[in-house]
Amino acid sequence: MTDSTGVSEVERFLYDEAALLDGGRLDDWLALFTDDATYWIPLEAGQQDQLTSASIVFDDRRLLGIRVAQFTHPRAHARMPAPRTVHQVGNVRVLADDGHELRVRSTLVMIEFRRERQRTWGATVEHRLRRIPDGLRIAAKRVDLVNAEGELDGIVAIF
Amino acid sequence: MERLFGRAWLVLGHESQVLAPGDFLTTRMGREPVIVVRHVDGSIQVLVNRCAHRGSRVCEGPRGHARQLVCPYHGWTYATDGTLCALPLAEGYDRSPIGVEELGLRRVPRVETYRGFIFASLAPDGPSLLEFLGPLRASFDDLVERAPAGEVEVAGGVFKHAYRGNWKLVLENHNDGVHPAFVHASSIWAARNGAPWDVWEKTGLWVARYGHSWMGDYHDDTRLVAALDHPVFREYRAALERRLGPERTARVLGELRWNSLVYPSCSFMSQFRQLRIIHPIAVDRTVVHAYSFRLKGAPQQMFRDTIAFANVVNGTASPVLTDDLEVYERVQDALTASRNEWVELGRGHGGDVPDRDGTLRGRTGTSEIHIRNQLAAWLEYLDMGGPEGRADAPAMAPQSAQRSEAPRQSRNAPRPA
Repeated sequence: MTDSTGVSEVERFLYDEAALLDGGRLDDWLALFTDDATYWIPLEAGQQDQLTSASIVFDDRRLLGIRVAQFTHPRAHARMPAPRTVHQVGNVRVLADDGHELRVRSTLVMIEFRRERQRTWGATVEHRLRRIPDGLRIAAKRVDLVNAEGELDGIVAIF
Repeated sequence: MERLFGRAWLVLGHESQVLAPGDFLTTRMGREPVIVVRHVDGSIQVLVNRCAHRGSRVCEGPRGHARQLVCPYHGWTYATDGTLCALPLAEGYDRSPIGVEELGLRRVPRVETYRGFIFASLAPDGPSLLEFLGPLRASFDDLVERAPAGEVEVAGGVFKHAYRGNWKLVLENHNDGVHPAFVHASSIWAARNGAPWDVWEKTGLWVARYGHSWMGDYHDDTRLVAALDHPVFREYRAALERRLGPERTARVLGELRWNSLVYPSCSFMSQFRQLRIIHPIAVDRTVVHAYSFRLKGAPQQMFRDTIAFANVVNGTASPVLTDDLEVYERVQDALTASRNEWVELGRGHGGDVPDRDGTLRGRTGTSEIHIRNQLAAWLEYLDMGGPEGRADAPAMAPQSAQRSEAPRQSRNAPRPA
């Protein structure tokens, strides 16, 4: 499915998701996830397991809700102010589509600015997107940061 | 760096990380890059990771396996005890005043293990490891005794988080019972899991010689892990009872330690199987490596709980940890203010209670006794070398924990560099 400008439905969805994050609309972003969704940032390259191997983030929908809610608290020290970001999504490829769910891989370059400091992130992102009557929802999102195994300062921004 | 990290016993890792001969890990002891390697005779060697020839790092990467350690620059080759065993064009040294056979990777003079944990000291002399650990041994015992098979192993990946602040900030924070209500206000609010002041006040806080401390009687297992009547916990308890019997099992599970601090390099949670090693990188830069442990013989679900706990508490993007790091950086920034040189560490001062094994207990769990104790140890380590640099002086025992009255310097301590 491609609109009149040649952008596919999947690409449109990923761009819209990025726009919600860059616009600070975290509640709307959270609403893109299904109730059984997971949001995963592995600690190791090629990590296969979430349960017996530690992760930079491994949130179910409830933990992701807590993560998002924390931004709204007046004493969320590391999140107040929230970082300003640009999420640049590219190289979008649909790896599988069984009519019910799609597996989509993309690359992400994200630039973050907070408290006089700019950080640059690169990642490979894999979405499992579920078709619902009014479009697509995220059933799982995996973000493999190129520097996941490095010595990293605290991560507050959402990928 | 020389007088403290160059003398104290530092935690380097755990035997399970270097099981087979040739297994190695690389780490730092203060400024020294070191290799921790299992030698062919089964001993654990700690070698300075710097080639004797032109100074390249010999072992690369956090972990590896090698029969011999070969420098990438000119191929100097060392055995796993640091002995130089091969080098190219050896005849070129036949007129050298220094016999190349005497060259090798420098060995760190003292290496010992306690319950599987690897410690080393860069000083040839000083207190033994057991003397250094003192009553803190019980925290390591607690971690290991909780394993039904009587052993633990490092598993599940290593978090490496960093902050732009001094290494002391993290150690001063870990047994601070007042900060959660403020630093973690947003996490507590979002997750609805705060504890009233009363809980912190009643928590036990002990300090020992050499700057160590631990917090105890904090949470019982019903608060933070699987409920006591959960089938997984019942299965675990039964496995533990098979080794220890019901009485000792009750004693082991009744030991409720939160953070135990091995000054100046380590902070660990025996009850929750987490261990953090603190690496001072620069006056305003610190890296912390956080490890999880698997209790051998315990149900697999217990380790899954450990990992879930690690993600939330030690994860680099943890809602909890990120606020700690933020505040360390704000402290580091603002301490450069020159119009106030002092910090106030007086909570609980004068109320310390002598307790068993030469420890002192804070009057309440929110006493700042642990910070006063750390700075008293810091001061004594730094004094040891003296302005004349008495390099031969034995690494003396800071007597801080035996003082009934904390020294005045540490009630209102100037922030050391």
